[in-house]
Amino acid sequence: MNLLKKLDKEWYRKLLLPLLAIITALAIGAVIIAASGASVIDAYQGLIEGAFGKPRAIAETLVVTTPYILTGLAVAFGFKCGLFNIGVEGQLYAGAVSAAFVGYAVKGLPVFIHLPLAMLVGVLGGAVWGAIPGYLKAKTGGHEVINTIMMNHIMLRLTDYLVKNPMLDPTASIPRTAYIEKTAYLPKIIPAFRLHWGFFIALAAVFAVYFILYKTTVGFEIRTVGHNQSAARYAGMNVTKNFILAMAVSGGLAGLAGANEVLGLNYYLPASFISGYGFDAIAIALLAKSNPFAIIPSALLWASLRNGAGLMQIRAGISIDLVNIIQACVIMFIAAPAIIRWIYRIKAVKAEGGMILTKGWGKA
Amino acid sequence: MPAVGVDTNDELLSLRGIVKAFPGVLANDHIDFALRKGQIHTLLGENGAGKTTLVNILYGLYTPDEGEIRINGRTAHIKQPSDALSFGIGMVHQHFMLIPIMSVTENIILGNETTKYGFINRQKAKDKIRSLAQQYHFDLDPDALVRDLPIGSQQRVEIIKALYREAEILILDEPTAVLTTQETGELFSILRSMKDEGKSIIFISHKLKEVLEISDVITVLRNGKVVGSVKPDDTDEQQLASMMVGREVILQVEKQKMIRGAAVLKVGNLRVNDQRGLCAVNGVSFEVHEGEIFGIAGVQGNGQTELIQALTGLTPFQTGKISINNNGVSGMNPREVTVLGTAHIPEDRQQYGLVLPYPVRDNLILCSYYAAPFSRHHVFDFPSITSEATRLLEEYDIKAPGIHTITDTLSGGNQQKTVVARELAREIKLLIASQPTRGLDVGSIEYIHKKIVEARDNRCAVLLVSTELDEIMSLADTVAVMYKGEIVKTIPVEEATKEKLGLLMAGIDA
Repeated sequence: MNLLKKLDKEWYRKLLLPLLAIITALAIGAVIIAASGASVIDAYQGLIEGAFGKPRAIAETLVVTTPYILTGLAVAFGFKCGLFNIGVEGQLYAGAVSAAFVGYAVKGLPVFIHLPLAMLVGVLGGAVWGAIPGYLKAKTGGHEVINTIMMNHIMLRLTDYLVKNPMLDPTASIPRTAYIEKTAYLPKIIPAFRLHWGFFIALAAVFAVYFILYKTTVGFEIRTVGHNQSAARYAGMNVTKNFILAMAVSGGLAGLAGANEVLGLNYYLPASFISGYGFDAIAIALLAKSNPFAIIPSALLWASLRNGAGLMQIRAGISIDLVNIIQACVIMFIAAPAIIRWIYRIKAVKAEGGMILTKGWGKA
Repeated sequence: MPAVGVDTNDELLSLRGIVKAFPGVLANDHIDFALRKGQIHTLLGENGAGKTTLVNILYGLYTPDEGEIRINGRTAHIKQPSDALSFGIGMVHQHFMLIPIMSVTENIILGNETTKYGFINRQKAKDKIRSLAQQYHFDLDPDALVRDLPIGSQQRVEIIKALYREAEILILDEPTAVLTTQETGELFSILRSMKDEGKSIIFISHKLKEVLEISDVITVLRNGKVVGSVKPDDTDEQQLASMMVGREVILQVEKQKMIRGAAVLKVGNLRVNDQRGLCAVNGVSFEVHEGEIFGIAGVQGNGQTELIQALTGLTPFQTGKISINNNGVSGMNPREVTVLGTAHIPEDRQQYGLVLPYPVRDNLILCSYYAAPFSRHHVFDFPSITSEATRLLEEYDIKAPGIHTITDTLSGGNQQKTVVARELAREIKLLIASQPTRGLDVGSIEYIHKKIVEARDNRCAVLLVSTELDEIMSLADTVAVMYKGEIVKTIPVEEATKEKLGLLMAGIDA
């Protein structure tokens, strides 16, 4: 009983700031809507209905939630090791390209081999693309923030080149790869909707990441390195190995997101493939404070804002850019909790164990 | 001329009924304190007794919840450090607030620059610094860069900084913690000449011998309350210690005569470079035997840190030999050194010894998490971990609400007990303890000393590195003194005196 009470209080404390951040951001959004002369109620009603109003809307929101969960997990996993992986977007592309290639180029395999193989290669593609900046950090001290940004640029251009040249389907009217084989399709959950099994894979990934981080020595090492590199070395852990491993796992999760998009949604990779998931993922991980389970609601929020914006625009006649403003406000309040604490007069608790973002900026 | 006597009017500063509460702690509980002109008044107490809170209130870093500060008989409202300065209160912090790349003059005038047509008048500032130094018999070059000065001189810069701002009351927070015996002597003569000039000093320390030497009055704090005020002539170390802790304290560590066994740690002609690639340990050789505490004394920064890092595999060494139980350590990583039967209590427990955001439980298995019974095939066995952590918490008297308490919230003494518990819980043949009691309260020091002697009596070889001479002299069987990366001399503890070691620590082998 006592324990339950204590647990309750802790949950409440952890949820309080993120919830207040969201509410405050929506309130600021309301002020902006009102100032522009539109109806706040129409706008927010449109936003909610657009995201959840009909079964199809819910399914579509979950379609977007899927890559958000995986990319959010990817960023969070990096944070746990003290690494700021901004390269999730590039790693997602690496996964998408790799999975697409295995999807269309390998023929004649049964489903139960072809599909897992395509996903695995997607994961590997992302993992390799993540491990490279991890290796550079470990061996040369080159900062992962800069290197992952550069790796994004390389991968985006590389994807464009690959899809328009060696991987191009010459018979298609738009520049894209060939359709993947039916044996590599990720099946749909309900035939009429686009929502596919990737959603459940993403949920499973949440549990897997939680298990690795908190129940295994591998995760213990990664978290220890993330909190305190000196103590990790003192305890006999290999810091450089953990940097590379954490970046590889992070990239692998992003690669899985990319594979999902190709195998479950598009069935080919277009040259105009634009995701943006990898950048929103940073915001999702921040809002979730890198907690794997909190990534789910955080990803859902982002997906519903993204999907509800269209109907909001139609109903209230305001620009969908408002959603970006709300998102930016949420992140600002999360990144600077002092603002929320000041507005609502909440005292800081020392034992909160602040989140690690990145360590050693500017150090060799 | 008023008659000399006990008149409240000659109280330069008085604090009445000061109360300051932090969440869960009453740091200052109705404290009364009075400082007379030309007096050195010591605040003595364990860590967490409320000394620092009290002087921070006086310096305007905290505001008291209740109580009154009177200066020269008038109520003073001190809301920020600049208010304190305007009342003539200056403070020398435990960690110096200096900018290393700036000169002595620049550091001193920082925030209080004398300008002429908008330009800093350096010459005038330098002249004032020189005359202050002369007045108080300092030896200080106003043009030197702070980073080139030894610690003792940096402290003098801090003191002059306060005097430059015409402080009448000077607060010194644990000023001797970083000094050698000789430097402490020099500091004390400066303090005495300041007293002769009519300055008043609040001196904070937990070193009993020093307190008895320098103070006019000693006020002892415990758990946020004043236990009593005494004059040095009317008291002794034993009484002061009891007042601090609230019970009888054994100041002298009891230990049996050494029964020396085989050599466990052998170091031969070792050279280690520091992070900048400069030679930090220069050809050091020594042996530590079973059942022996081998103490290395020396002022901080004479190569002890690099020596320990090389011994424990944290840093590679250039040339020479290290062997533990006849196993060469060259090229080994910290894990491999640990597996040889080495325990390491690191000098910086917060940076190396602990992961502060972790629960105590995780810190208790930080060096053994990878093996059975705590994990199998990389998966943790939480029941085993919990039972071991619970056992250690109890056995080592770590005062924490439970094994899930976040380590950061523990007191320094309990954090260090966590490190000691973890390291001594393993089967060990060699214990390397570096500054094991730095910054700890008397009770924890007593406990950790007892555990170190116990390890030695259980036939462990112990290498103890400490800058505290009292610690070395009461624990070690053999004493080596390190100076500029070399061991100046190694002697049995029976031949060591404080004066002799103090000279050796300054590199003088008389």
